[in-house]
Amino acid sequence: MSDSRTRIGVTNWLRGQLRNVAPFVTLIVLVAFFWAASDSFATLGNLQNILTQISVTGIIAVGLTFVILCAEIDLSVASIANATGIVVAYFTAQDASVTIANIPLAGWAAILIALAACFALGAVNAFGLTLIGIPSFIMTLAMLQIGAGICALLVRGQIAYTVPPLILTLGSRSLGPVPWIVIVAALFLLVGHIVLTYTRFGRYIYMTGGNREAAEYSGVNVRAILSAVMIISAVCSGVAGMLGVAYFGSAQQNEFDTYLLDSISAVVVGGTSLFGGQGGIGNTIIGLFVLGVLNNGLDHVNIDSFLKILIRGLILLAALIINVYAQRMRTVTAA
Amino acid sequence: MSDPTQPGLLALSGITKAFGGVTALGGVDFFLAAGEIHGLVGENGAGKSTLMKIIAGVHTDYQGEMRLDGRPVRLASPRDARTRGIGMVHQELSIVPDLSVAENVHLGVQPLQRLGLIDWRAMRRSAAAHLANLGIDVDLRARMGDLSLGLQQLVEVARVLFSGARIIILDEPTSALAPPEIERLFGLLRRLRESGKSLIFISHFLDDVLSVCDRLTVFRNGHAVATETCARIDKRWIIDRMIGTGHQELEESYLADIPLRSRPGAKDVLRVDNLSRTGAYRDVSMSVRAGEVLGIYGFLGSGQLELARTLFGVLRADRGSIALDGRVARLSSTSRARRAGIAFLPESRKMMLFGTEPVFKNVTIAILGRIGRLWLRPASERWIADGHVKHLHIRPPDVARLLGTLSGGNQQKVALAKWLTHLPRVLILSEPTRGMDVGAKDDVVRIVRNLRDQGIAILVVSTEPETVLSLADRILVMKKGRVVREFADEPVSKDRLLEAA
Ligand SMILES: Nc1ncnc2c1ncn2[C@@H]1O[C@H](COP(=O)(O)OP(=O)(O)OP(=O)(O)O)[C@@H](O)[C@H]1O
Ligand SMILES: [Mg+2]
Repeated sequence: MSDSRTRIGVTNWLRGQLRNVAPFVTLIVLVAFFWAASDSFATLGNLQNILTQISVTGIIAVGLTFVILCAEIDLSVASIANATGIVVAYFTAQDASVTIANIPLAGWAAILIALAACFALGAVNAFGLTLIGIPSFIMTLAMLQIGAGICALLVRGQIAYTVPPLILTLGSRSLGPVPWIVIVAALFLLVGHIVLTYTRFGRYIYMTGGNREAAEYSGVNVRAILSAVMIISAVCSGVAGMLGVAYFGSAQQNEFDTYLLDSISAVVVGGTSLFGGQGGIGNTIIGLFVLGVLNNGLDHVNIDSFLKILIRGLILLAALIINVYAQRMRTVTAA
Repeated sequence: MSDPTQPGLLALSGITKAFGGVTALGGVDFFLAAGEIHGLVGENGAGKSTLMKIIAGVHTDYQGEMRLDGRPVRLASPRDARTRGIGMVHQELSIVPDLSVAENVHLGVQPLQRLGLIDWRAMRRSAAAHLANLGIDVDLRARMGDLSLGLQQLVEVARVLFSGARIIILDEPTSALAPPEIERLFGLLRRLRESGKSLIFISHFLDDVLSVCDRLTVFRNGHAVATETCARIDKRWIIDRMIGTGHQELEESYLADIPLRSRPGAKDVLRVDNLSRTGAYRDVSMSVRAGEVLGIYGFLGSGQLELARTLFGVLRADRGSIALDGRVARLSSTSRARRAGIAFLPESRKMMLFGTEPVFKNVTIAILGRIGRLWLRPASERWIADGHVKHLHIRPPDVARLLGTLSGGNQQKVALAKWLTHLPRVLILSEPTRGMDVGAKDDVVRIVRNLRDQGIAILVVSTEPETVLSLADRILVMKKGRVVREFADEPVSKDRLLEAA
């Protein structure tokens, strides 16, 4: 092998890896920048902050990664998170000052009902997508409204504060220096990664996203796969919603609204293809850190807080460009 | 006709092209005269498509020189090629499945009204005229993706032939067509040649190449090894240059009558009774026995492709019943059919393969559940895939390569490999040798015979008489959705088959 050949090989490899390399480089550049620009950024305490801040998004993003890998989308994640958080509070005894007509139950019962609720909402998404044939974009848009409606009906503009003890611990306490919510998020990411990489189900997800028709003709039950990912996404959102309520210390309408964009951004910025079949939890983790470092770092440097919003928009745009470009590279090399 | 001393229309010299270290073309000289039909033949992976993609502006990074009308050119893109009058029908079709047939005929060059709006009326009128020229009868408003592969191929051919290009490249345009369509296409190619156009025609059907082309070039391992005037050579000459000597047996099997031998003793594995589907097939009754290859032959649109899809749970029948091993089978989805022991190889690679995944994942997708219930076992997957790659002579023999980087015929072999690990009860093959070279077809015949002898019931569906004749023990001929003739225990030839269809 001559030298120039090896170089061509390396360039080709880099091109193929664009979607993995670009987010990673972005992350390193961001960390380096904030490290240099602020004394308070690179501290252990702040690392803990960042981890905590990305945990709720992280749990949602696990399910969303499954969905996006199948070349579908779930716009109802934040709404389902909100509804599930409110459901768990609704079935928990509240302070006397709260005048919601709720139904207090034992903690475990409240949690089970909340899990059943998010499962059911995911099942409705799955039903609309696979059996009726509504595109996921539209189906989950409707579910976004339905979730908001459930929230509104249950709390009627009020705020609930109490959640079952288990949820309270996982959402707002720490194990030594590490917040439980970070541990839960890490577990979700780990399990998500294992499922996607090492199980048959995970392979079917990639294949369904890569070429749905070919998956169908290979005897893969594409409908079952799509149904499963919609339900997984809803359950991840539900868990994030319950822990989020404990983390925020309250359950009310619209408190998860920013999480829709955040979780989609995390998946896409990380490099998972919007066209399906490429990417994974590893990418999502990088994406979460890019967003987390960006949000957190901007607080540590002197910057107009309104400018922050614009900067985030620009980063997302750059990620989308890379995403589409990486897709093209991949199809060209494999044409 | 063509005279190599004439200043050529298109001349390539010393063309070298590598894909990340793999040399696909190693210094090819190629010369196309004005007003000739030039054939290109060679084994799978020899580099035919790669050279054509260079001429059509798809691959732009190559070494060597290309001259058009005597002047050196360096094409920047397919669009650039098109404006210079070079059009190409790709081996893997480049249709847009969600657009209508009329729109596909005009892809890239829609007729416009004054305000820049698309002139739908003009578009349909000219699309109808073009398609009629090729003798294609198809609803112009139909969604392209709903057409059979053969019709898609014809529509794409129509688009390029009538785009006004003066150099027209056809990369295996007949691989999904039946003899009548092929004859019509050839008539048209000859007329285009008379009107001064130059055509390049790639095919693995050597008889076709010999009958329609003026000259041909043989490719082998990335080199153009010979160019000759077709009138001076025969099939044997070509095959010797393509792969070397020693393929007599295969050649002769095409020429003689083939005695069919059915297996009356064996029991029916798959039975179909009065199966009907509106617009596709009617009252089809048949059975496939264990250890038997049943061929279903028919022209495009005879309903045999739809019938095959019904048996794999892709389409639903309106009436009638399907029984497997004597029990009624409800084939409501492909995964049910697979679990019932039915395997299906569709005629189109795109329907079957994952271009951006490595070869081994493509091979094992249908049998993952048998390798490990829950967990994947990549090491066994590679091992299994490796076995098939060697057995089927898939080149390059590297299971980690992305499938999309294999040549067309090698991709087809991967598709076949998919169903060979854990043997099904019933194997349905639709155009199993589409796009394969002579040697590879030989391999397929061998593999199918072998599977049959292990007791599998095999159904071969094709629009190509040679395929059915070389594989089947019993042949049904379908016409307009009905089974019109059965050949069993009698000698049958290509002519008799064509007569019946
Ligand atoms: N995009 C690509 N990336 C890497 N290798 C490629 C690519 N396209 C083609 N090749 C390789 O180049 C060689 C020539 O392929 P090509 O498609 O030109 O063969 P072909 O003669 O058209 O064969 P077939 O009859 O099977 O269509 C093969 O070894 C193939 O694997
Ligand atoms: Mg080719």
